[in-house]
Amino acid sequence: MRSDDPILEVQGLEVGFPIRKGLFQRPVAEVKAVNGVSFSVPRGSAFGLVGESGCGKTTVARAVLQLVEPTAGRVLFDGQDVARMDAAALQRFRGKVQAVFQDPFSSLNPRMSTGRILSEPMRVHGMTPGPGIKAEVRRLLDICGLPARFADLYPHEMSGGQRQRVGIARALAMNPELIVCDEAVSALDVSIQAQVVNLLEELQKELGLTYLFIGHDLSVVRHLCDEVAVMYLGRIAETAPSDRLFAHPRHPYTQALIDAVPNPDPDFEAGREIEPLEGEVPNPADPPSGCFFHPRCRLATDHCRQEAPPLGQISSGHLAACWETGAITSTNHHSRDANENTGRQR
Amino acid sequence: MTDTAQTYEAEIPAKRRSRFTATLAHDRKAQVGLAVLLLFAFAAVFAPWLAPFDPNAMTMDMMSGLSWTHPLGTDDLGRDLFSRILHGTQVSLLIGVSTVLIALVIGIALGLVAGYFGGWVDQIVMRYIDLQWAFPNFIIAVYLVAVFGTGLLNVIVALSLAFIDDFARIVRSMTLSLREEQYVDAARTLGFSKARILFIHILPNAVAPIIVQATVSVSYAILGEASLSFLGLGVDAYTPTWGLILADGRGFITQAWWLGVFPGLAIMLVVLAINFVGDWLRDALDVRQAVEG
Repeated sequence: MRSDDPILEVQGLEVGFPIRKGLFQRPVAEVKAVNGVSFSVPRGSAFGLVGESGCGKTTVARAVLQLVEPTAGRVLFDGQDVARMDAAALQRFRGKVQAVFQDPFSSLNPRMSTGRILSEPMRVHGMTPGPGIKAEVRRLLDICGLPARFADLYPHEMSGGQRQRVGIARALAMNPELIVCDEAVSALDVSIQAQVVNLLEELQKELGLTYLFIGHDLSVVRHLCDEVAVMYLGRIAETAPSDRLFAHPRHPYTQALIDAVPNPDPDFEAGREIEPLEGEVPNPADPPSGCFFHPRCRLATDHCRQEAPPLGQISSGHLAACWETGAITSTNHHSRDANENTGRQR
Repeated sequence: MTDTAQTYEAEIPAKRRSRFTATLAHDRKAQVGLAVLLLFAFAAVFAPWLAPFDPNAMTMDMMSGLSWTHPLGTDDLGRDLFSRILHGTQVSLLIGVSTVLIALVIGIALGLVAGYFGGWVDQIVMRYIDLQWAFPNFIIAVYLVAVFGTGLLNVIVALSLAFIDDFARIVRSMTLSLREEQYVDAARTLGFSKARILFIHILPNAVAPIIVQATVSVSYAILGEASLSFLGLGVDAYTPTWGLILADGRGFITQAWWLGVFPGLAIMLVVLAINFVGDWLRDALDVRQAVEG
């Protein structure tokens, strides 16, 4: 299924939200929710974007979906700049790129029955001739594992997992090529999560979909995604093929995230020593100097406090933004001794 | 995924009944309210045939109390109060309903646009609404009638303009919160037009507070017309309206209590009935509410 031509490319994406103050609501500062993010998603793959809440991953998703306007950078779909599309091209883009949202309680219009929710896009865009709509709704429900009678139910009459299936069915109604799953399973119970993740996998195989999967649950992302990018405070900290990222994380933040995933084996849990990540995610309106991660980093040096590390190549397809992992060098590189006494300062 | 299919079967409710009849069956207040409103609507339509006397015909039988010929007595000019109140129903209901409909349409449009688009559109609309909010609705109506003159149409226009701010405010705040809902994001990614998002996805979910406000406003509009007539700024001196009858009777309240009580009672009954019906409509339009049987 995978091929090397990227279906989605994000280049130097920045999204800022102005902070307004005073009587005339003048913008006094800007919060950069996304601060120079680049990645590309090969057709037919699943690309994961992970990070703590507030790291900007959802904003990336919203920018890809054209729900927020980027302040800088480009989003290319099939090699075409989405921001420069005319109305007709944008309409085609809307059809090919769909979303599954986080909260199954907010993502469906409470006043519409499932049948109406699923048939609305067909009706509005005239994709299916009138008599075929009912059958098409039934087909969508079927491939998402819901019986046909669910067409008569309202969202409040369904469980979270069932609603999420309807949300997926709605995304499929447009025959999309790329589906942005914004925390699509985080609001569900673990057992339901597994069902929905399996459904997403099946659909990917059957329909040849590409996923941009936003999440914070590493085990889900590891299971579903071919490639993963770890975000911290609006920047990508590390990106690699899924297996390599989880086996050999290079960025201290990635290592801390992976360490924080509980292991179901109690003997293993008891035996291992983890160094918990301390502190909070800094305020994005007032980010730290240099590497944004340095106040919480166990390896931080003076260099990290002064200069932000670019993404450096560790191996093919594996990039990390860290001065200390050896992937990148700079002119004023220095010894590691400095971090013994200053590493935990904030 | 077929294993989950069976467990879903039991959850599907039996055939759906219309929510309107289903909720009405359990709602005694709504039944009473609806009956009262139908009665008044009937009276309004058939007033010329139902009224035993010409509402403006003066007789020498002045200020007579309740009797078989004059069930609600007569006023200071010997006019039959029952006939006058019957005819007054027409104007009062017309003003109450049309005023709110006009205010509703304009208020919803302003509120949706201000809330959804935000920015300078919101600033302009809301600064105007704030300006209007600073004055009591009734003062605005009095001012408008004073400028444009009295008469049925002017009273309706004046009252509806005075009520716009109430609706605009509610619709704007509902729009502000609803536009953040994920189903609105979903509608945008599905490429729906702004009009569809506003009228199909946002407005229907804002309907409950709008209905509550509308029923309250119908009451205020009827009272507003009564107050305008009371001040001599009503429709005109020859068209009997509830407010005018009340205003005329005010001077004789110690000699002829019925002149104040019956028009007041008519206003109170209609206002109460509208509120009952409004509560029922709000429940009936809420798909989330469980409906038994």
